[in-house]
Amino acid sequence: MKYLDEFQNPELARRLLDDIRSTVTRPWALMEVCGGQTHTIIRHGIDQLLPEQVELIHGPGCPVCVTPLEVIDKALEIAARPDVIFCSFGDMLRVPGTDRDLFQVRSRGGDVRVVYSPLDALKIAQQNPHREVVFFGIGFETTAPPNAMTVHQARKLGIPNFSLLVSHVRVPPAIEAIMASPDCRVQAFLAAGHVCSVMGTGEYPELAARFRVPIVVTGFEPLDILEGIRRTVRQLERGEHTMDNAYPRAVRGEGNPAARAMLADVFEVTDRSWRGIGTIPASGWRLSERYREYDAEHRFSVEGITTREPAACRSGEVLQGFIKPHECEAFGTLCTPRSPLGATMVSSEGACAAYYLYRRLGTTPTPQEASPVV
Amino acid sequence: MCLAVPGKVLDIEERDGTRMATVDFGGVVKEVCLEYVPDLRVGEYAIVHVGFALQRLDEESARKTLALFEELGLLQEEFGDPWEAAAEPPRWEEPGAGPAVAAGDGAREAGR
Repeated sequence: MKYLDEFQNPELARRLLDDIRSTVTRPWALMEVCGGQTHTIIRHGIDQLLPEQVELIHGPGCPVCVTPLEVIDKALEIAARPDVIFCSFGDMLRVPGTDRDLFQVRSRGGDVRVVYSPLDALKIAQQNPHREVVFFGIGFETTAPPNAMTVHQARKLGIPNFSLLVSHVRVPPAIEAIMASPDCRVQAFLAAGHVCSVMGTGEYPELAARFRVPIVVTGFEPLDILEGIRRTVRQLERGEHTMDNAYPRAVRGEGNPAARAMLADVFEVTDRSWRGIGTIPASGWRLSERYREYDAEHRFSVEGITTREPAACRSGEVLQGFIKPHECEAFGTLCTPRSPLGATMVSSEGACAAYYLYRRLGTTPTPQEASPVV
Repeated sequence: MCLAVPGKVLDIEERDGTRMATVDFGGVVKEVCLEYVPDLRVGEYAIVHVGFALQRLDEESARKTLALFEELGLLQEEFGDPWEAAAEPPRWEEPGAGPAVAAGDGAREAGR
């Protein structure tokens, strides 16, 4: 099997695990905010390597998963228009709308194109001046600055046939919403490293103090995550609750000032609906008044969409850490990556897809799987 | 799309008034916008997300991460053909049939 032998430095991983084991005396529940971290944790079996007192709860940090159904349906309607070239990142193709997905729109004749960067979509707009080119702008604070720069460029270069369908979300209000929930079990957060590489760490000390939760900024490699857990558990055992940066090679306190300045120019903070969770105040961005003409929702009439969530899908509870994916009745039966009910089963960063892919079906692991280190 | 991959700047040029670079991600070469890390130089490394450099990274950290990403198949996930992946998701077919994780030394070396 995999586990420690595929970590880049098994000896270091073992030392970190030993340190966590010798520190922990009580049960603790930690939430990793970022879907990339969830993927690493499940892929490497980190949750199974940890002492049983340390529970990892998977957070809402998968941008594909939290994009609301209404926005997906708007995207599908715009993408199906004959005058439109609709550009998206590849992981949106299979995300189910109410009655179809982008892949099906394309197979029925829609001009849906996958791009690596939003600047590629802008290039397509330059090359196709008689078509409307729409880019699906979803994502957290890591993805928002590239999209902001692209809109800025569209204006600077005078490209009128480019617009953005925006559904950007922000992490700190989501942390607040999770902590404010009466059902919240989370006692500490592993904050998303790349979000912090843009936004810095400025918002976290106050959140950590207000909710009395340690917040440790953490990277994405297995060793990064183990180190984040180690520092978090130390704080919890000592009764501390501060912000700590365990990913200094990529995260500076002030983040990326140029990116933050562009965000502040192109976007403005707004309430956002999160799929499966509901509306969180001030948890997202939309294009600011100055850039409203580049907003696809203003350019195309996509009001009055009726959405229909599958009743069996419990992805909202998964995203908030109330249940584990395999505790959903539809998991692996009605809902599989080939035929997903919700986005958490589609994206490789989604908790349900990670559990499905790496055989976390709620079955008892074999002794070898349960104790791969010894 | 959450993945941010370290890459090495091969060359830099001004295009449409924007600072752009050619960046090598362990063998895959892409165009990258440097507007958010404008003082990045040829030969340096940065964390790149959806075609934008977001932070400078030291060479050793970058090489380690790239090698690991390559070994785990994450570079293929990021730069592979998404239509192929969406049309034919064989790795999702059976639970547990994940991507091969034990790449050989060749793959590891290719990332260095």
